[in-house]
Amino acid sequence: MSEPTPKFKVTVDNITVEVAPGTTILNAARMIGGDVTPPAMCYYSKLPESGGKCRTCLVEVSKGSEKDPRPMPKLVPSCRTTVMDGMEVKNITSEKVLDARKGIVEMLLINHPLDCPVCDQAGECDLQNLSYEHGTEKTRYEFPRRTFEKEDIGPYIQLHMTRCILCYRCVFTADQLTQKREHGVLERGDHAAISTLLSKSLDNEFIGNVIDVCPVGALTDKTFRFKNRVWFTKPVDAHCSCTKCSGKARLWMRGDEVYRVTARKNEWNEVEDWICNECRFEKKSAKDWVVEGPSKIKRSSVIAQGHYENTVKTPVLIDKVLGKSPKLLMNIHDVSDVNRPEIELSKIEGPAHSNDFKTGK
Amino acid sequence: MAVKVLLKNDHIEGIRYYDTYRKHGGYAAAEKALKMAPADIVEEVKKSGLRGRGGAGFPTGMKWSFLAKPEGVPRHLVCNADESEPGTFKDRYLMEFHPHTLIEGLLISSFALGSNATYIYIRGEYAWIVAILEQAIDEAKKNGWLGKNIQGTGFDCEIYVHRGAGAYICGEETALIESLEGKRGNPRMKPPFPAIQGLWMRPTVVNNVETLAAVVPIINMGGEEYAKIGVGRSTGSKLLSVCGNVNKPGVYEIDMTISVEEFIYSDEYCGGIPNGKRLKACIPGGSSVPIVPANLLFKTAKGETRYMNYESLSDGGFATGTMMGSGGFIVLDEDQCIVRHTMTLARFYNHESCGQCSPCREGTGWMYKILKNIENGKGKMSDIDLLWDIQRRIEGNTICPLGDAAAWPVAAAIRHFRDEFEWHVNNPEESQRRNFGLAHYADPIHVPAGA
Ligand SMILES: Cc1cc2nc3c(=O)[nH]c(=O)nc-3n(C[C@H](O)[C@H](O)[C@H](O)COP(=O)(O)O)c2cc1C
Ligand code: SF4
Ligand code: SF4
Ligand code: FES
Repeated sequence: MSEPTPKFKVTVDNITVEVAPGTTILNAARMIGGDVTPPAMCYYSKLPESGGKCRTCLVEVSKGSEKDPRPMPKLVPSCRTTVMDGMEVKNITSEKVLDARKGIVEMLLINHPLDCPVCDQAGECDLQNLSYEHGTEKTRYEFPRRTFEKEDIGPYIQLHMTRCILCYRCVFTADQLTQKREHGVLERGDHAAISTLLSKSLDNEFIGNVIDVCPVGALTDKTFRFKNRVWFTKPVDAHCSCTKCSGKARLWMRGDEVYRVTARKNEWNEVEDWICNECRFEKKSAKDWVVEGPSKIKRSSVIAQGHYENTVKTPVLIDKVLGKSPKLLMNIHDVSDVNRPEIELSKIEGPAHSNDFKTGK
Repeated sequence: MAVKVLLKNDHIEGIRYYDTYRKHGGYAAAEKALKMAPADIVEEVKKSGLRGRGGAGFPTGMKWSFLAKPEGVPRHLVCNADESEPGTFKDRYLMEFHPHTLIEGLLISSFALGSNATYIYIRGEYAWIVAILEQAIDEAKKNGWLGKNIQGTGFDCEIYVHRGAGAYICGEETALIESLEGKRGNPRMKPPFPAIQGLWMRPTVVNNVETLAAVVPIINMGGEEYAKIGVGRSTGSKLLSVCGNVNKPGVYEIDMTISVEEFIYSDEYCGGIPNGKRLKACIPGGSSVPIVPANLLFKTAKGETRYMNYESLSDGGFATGTMMGSGGFIVLDEDQCIVRHTMTLARFYNHESCGQCSPCREGTGWMYKILKNIENGKGKMSDIDLLWDIQRRIEGNTICPLGDAAAWPVAAAIRHFRDEFEWHVNNPEESQRRNFGLAHYADPIHVPAGA
């Protein structure tokens, strides 16, 4: 397959990239990376019809294209809007976008139980990250939150609908996997619920992947429930010779013990290769796998805690967005005495201690 | 001025049946149209200036000319008879008493657009009308107006009536299409627009019942003659369904040159407000359009007379105007409580949101809960600003216009009736016993000297 030559120039927050026609604004922004990439709670590149629902990825199009420079009248979902040549997009440089996004995060949270302390997803939850970056510290919602009964979808998966943000990702995943429409949405509005009709189990060898696509803790792995906190486990990439799937997975280990198996995810938290139920739920012993090495994870993630190898730094783009270097109010290195930037954290024996960083000033 | 176009044979008994309809000039337009080139019919509709009667007022001729015509792909016409907007019941009247006008309009439009399979998507609660329409379709078919090789032209067309299952959202054209395909009625993301990829991903035109019925007089009179009725870009006649505090609620046909005041007070139309009560507010175009207080209803902010047409009703934008919408004309007298009224609408939109996009799914419920508190004397002053903030963040940020439709009534109520909301908050007990009343809402608005 030959790559089509990039043709369209698109500018996101003052940074210009060239992308192939048909690329969405979101994917163009992902090519730049860092803070100019809008958050996406429902879009999933592997699920063709996904996106457009959560509205967290709304951006302002300040110039439609070279040919028709008129701005778009409303904010548009970047995940479902394709770029035009010469388009100019404002994400973090638009007050309107930031305000709308704040509103959307607030709305996503009003009915969310915020039971992170007992939720298995905590630490790798897109909603936690989203609210941390774009939310407010207080809610203005003063009413009881909607709740649902927990439901088992087959022997391995539990649906905790109360936490669901109705992104429809699991619906699209199940639609791809199962023959008929077996998993979908019942009811409407704020009482809509994800369900398999009458708690039916979904018989498909790949159905476990709905757990990985779920951005929150609404679909959880029953073989891992309450076993451990994700940040106490160490992700390693491993493979096995599987006849059903690629066998490329991620093991979440503590010592030699495999606590959980998931698909490998990329930097946008999207699955790279679907894995089968057997790999995910049955192969829970280190000897089932050939370990390749520590997984790449974002340095900002809590999972990076106590685990410094192979972490990925997100690009810092602020000077490009502003068009000039930001003015440094204070250089922390000049004033702190806990300050030894030359130290390689992964070389330290055991957990780092402030003494390790004392400059002795 | 009274005008009878769509309802000109309203007084004739049995006009609902084929023989009577035919005897009184029915299917003459179809006869004429079947001899025309389809493109010429589209041209006539363009000349007529007809605008969509479903709410948005988009020029119908233009919509038709956008229809893609790829080789070998069937096209469809879909008639939107979902009519679920609170206050709107004009399509029901037309379908119940003039079914053949609709069928004739559908036949002409199908011929113009090249649709061999045309659908009427009807609101589920209109169960008895399904039978009326199916009978009319049957009669038309027996008389060679539907089916194969219609009147020897070689054109085939079938009309199917499809019943909805009781969801307002299925009136939104893309949700309607999904529902017609047998899926959950979630609105689609646009683009692609239905004109390119609609029903079963084929080019599709969705039009309102009244829009399609109006094609009959347009062909009978000719587009230019039709355009002479009305004023400016508000051509032709418009059906209005009137409810609320008027002496004569019902369905009226107007020519869009009469003033709002005449419409409410003349005996020919609403016949004034019962029991000598005074007018407080009005929603002229169905529950989604902004409510306006009496003092902005008869006169625009500029002091000009407000007329019953698209332009005049929206004069002043949302700050002081409203919209023609679907023609659901709701009148509120001095005894009506705006807070309670707004709460009722908020409950409706909360109940009807499809739940796809977060601002509408969560925001509508939140607004309803806050309004319920205020109405029940449990509100806080900060709730009013919070309501404003929620509606502001729903509007424009959703997939389909239901989000806007939920936001506008709340916004307009606070914009014009803030005093009443504040009074509810400040007088939690008194507000449970009596209404705020007319207050100053009918007072002439202050016009600065020299304006
Ligand atoms: C929530 C919602 C409900 C709607 N309900 C109706 C309806 O019941 N009947 C209707 O004709 N149009 C309805 N519409 C408008 C349709 O989407 C569409 O614009 C209309 O059918 C186009 O027909 P027209 O051009 O003839 O007006 C609704 C729109 C929205 C957003
Ligand atoms: S269960 Fe998870 S994946 Fe499915 S819709 Fe809810 S949040 Fe999305
Ligand atoms: S605006 Fe409301 S009704 Fe429309 S798609 Fe979004 S959630 Fe559904
Ligand atoms: S990611 Fe674009 S709307 Fe959800």
